[in-house]
Amino acid sequence: MSLNMIKKASVTLAATLVLSASAALAAGGGGPALKTQNWSFNGPTGTFDRAQVQRGYQVYSEVCAGCHSLKYVRFGNLPAIGFSEAEAKAIAAEFEAEDGPDDDGEMFMRPARLSDAMPSPFANDKAARASNNGALPPDLSLIAKARVGGADYVYSLLMGYSDAPEGHEVAEGMNYNAWFPGTQIAMAPPVSDDGVEYADGTAATADQQAKDVSAFLMWAAEPKLEDRHRTGLKTMIFLIILTILFWLVKRRVWKDAH
Amino acid sequence: MSNPGVTTQVMQWVETRLPIFSFINHSVGTEYPTPRNLNYWWSLGSIAGVALVLQIVTGIVLAMHYVPHADMAFDSVEHIMRDVNYGWMLRYMHANGASLFFVAVYIHMFRGLYFGSYKAPRELLWWFGILIFLAMMATAFMGYVLPWGQMSFWGATVITNMFTAIPVVGEAVTTWLWGGYSVAGPTLQRFFSLHYLLPFVIFALMFLHLWALHTSKSNNPLGIDVKSEKDTLPFHPYFTTKDLVGFGVFFVILAYWVFFNPNYMGHPDNYIPANPLVTPPHIVPEWYFLPFYAILRAVPDKLGGVVLMLGAILILFVIPWLDTSRVRSATFRPVYKGFFWIFVVNGLVLGWIGANPPEGAYIIIGRIATAYYFAHFILVMPIVGWFEKPKPLPDSIAAAVLGDDSAKEAN
Repeated sequence: MSLNMIKKASVTLAATLVLSASAALAAGGGGPALKTQNWSFNGPTGTFDRAQVQRGYQVYSEVCAGCHSLKYVRFGNLPAIGFSEAEAKAIAAEFEAEDGPDDDGEMFMRPARLSDAMPSPFANDKAARASNNGALPPDLSLIAKARVGGADYVYSLLMGYSDAPEGHEVAEGMNYNAWFPGTQIAMAPPVSDDGVEYADGTAATADQQAKDVSAFLMWAAEPKLEDRHRTGLKTMIFLIILTILFWLVKRRVWKDAH
Repeated sequence: MSNPGVTTQVMQWVETRLPIFSFINHSVGTEYPTPRNLNYWWSLGSIAGVALVLQIVTGIVLAMHYVPHADMAFDSVEHIMRDVNYGWMLRYMHANGASLFFVAVYIHMFRGLYFGSYKAPRELLWWFGILIFLAMMATAFMGYVLPWGQMSFWGATVITNMFTAIPVVGEAVTTWLWGGYSVAGPTLQRFFSLHYLLPFVIFALMFLHLWALHTSKSNNPLGIDVKSEKDTLPFHPYFTTKDLVGFGVFFVILAYWVFFNPNYMGHPDNYIPANPLVTPPHIVPEWYFLPFYAILRAVPDKLGGVVLMLGAILILFVIPWLDTSRVRSATFRPVYKGFFWIFVVNGLVLGWIGANPPEGAYIIIGRIATAYYFAHFILVMPIVGWFEKPKPLPDSIAAAVLGDDSAKEAN
């Protein structure tokens, strides 16, 4: 490697670093450092921990679903996290979905099916605000991709409630949470020890619930993550071998050119 | 007629009616003489071409599933991500492919700057390149609006608002662009239409770019003219195989982003549906616009900022005449070479400034870097060209690459 190449390589590297630093700066908001977790879905071979995501679904349905919709997830998606189709159908049947109009032109309610989206707790945004002290609980389908830090942010927020520091005014009906932009959040601390009773017998500490529901929301936001990682590894191996072959072909062709 | 590629009777039949085979052969085949010393920096042009084709192919399929309507666009993108077979892959390839297209084109442009590829007789070739770059910027900007997320909406609002800076008719022009009195459904629909149109304009411009290239032929790292056949190699098989290596590396890098880090170059806010009532705390364009965004904000005056930003690109049109050096390649220009790398670093600084809020030291650094950006073209290029003493140029490409003996043999 000539000195010139080393110089070029270092400039390229410097450029990459500056670019990534600016991207990180552009993305970073205020707030304390995230409570980074060692998620099972991290890294190029990451997968969802089925048991964890199922527990997360339980937390969502028993705790979050009271206020938050999950409109891009259907009951029919639940088998992807390890529920059997019969279980998914049984879960769906616990809910009602509006259908119609029938032959009389009337809308009617029927038990939900696999093709139905998770039901929204409120008829519309205004109804949601009216029930939540003016605040709008966001749809959670994409929350793990719509916030800087993703699942780590969701977890940090859920575990981020504390008393407001000295001299910090918290408005009526609001809660202090250092991880929330502006530090005042309308949502009351959603997870507490034994707030749910896990079907699989796992001890339902607040921390456990926060982790589980964050993992579930990551799955809800990026349901094709495992597919992506699997396809990616195969594609990568193929492409690297192909590129090496291209390079060998090039070398063979160029051998007589010097 | 000697057309080495035309071997069968069928090919001969076609060839006499439409000389497509000799055309290909003269364009990328054995009949296209290419300087033998092209290094891998010269691969970025064909890589950019591959990136364009990839964008068009993935884009056409995405358009089969996407709905350009303010109430349905965001949902339809999620439909692509969740329900369309391999929709996630198509969308991530399209989004990250756009970024890598810009990476390829930026390296391609800096390569041109370093080796003096814009100088006579390649001025028109350079111009078509700038036109492609401008069309790419418009296409990418409108493409980013289509998912109709928060950054789509507010990015569109900020950028289209620049047109209000035009004296007298600014407001009217902006209303006309929006199709209303703010960014809304009609804006989205026309952006979709134009986003589908412009890639084909780019394709046509690329064709003109290649036509000009094949007329003046490739520049090379030594920046000296081809003098004899000894200086060249046929494009095929030498540069077809060399370009394949570049394509392989390009796809490996693309695959990394698509499969293992697909949202890094996007912005989380774009997974929040567009909401005209809530402004995101930081409105940032995609990374490839950041240097120009920094120049836009370097001037406290709106019109001034817009003029300067536009000028930052338009000035590229006149650099064949701003550069007074008779030597093309910076390899033989010891002073200019240093200034080139300062310019590269300055560009990165501008990108960094563009990513940060315009406050405090960022403003001052942004202004200095903006001033330097223009000074590089207006002052450095002519003055260094006048006073610099270039290193001696080799007699020929063959002499430099193969050694003096074989070059003499050729003569």
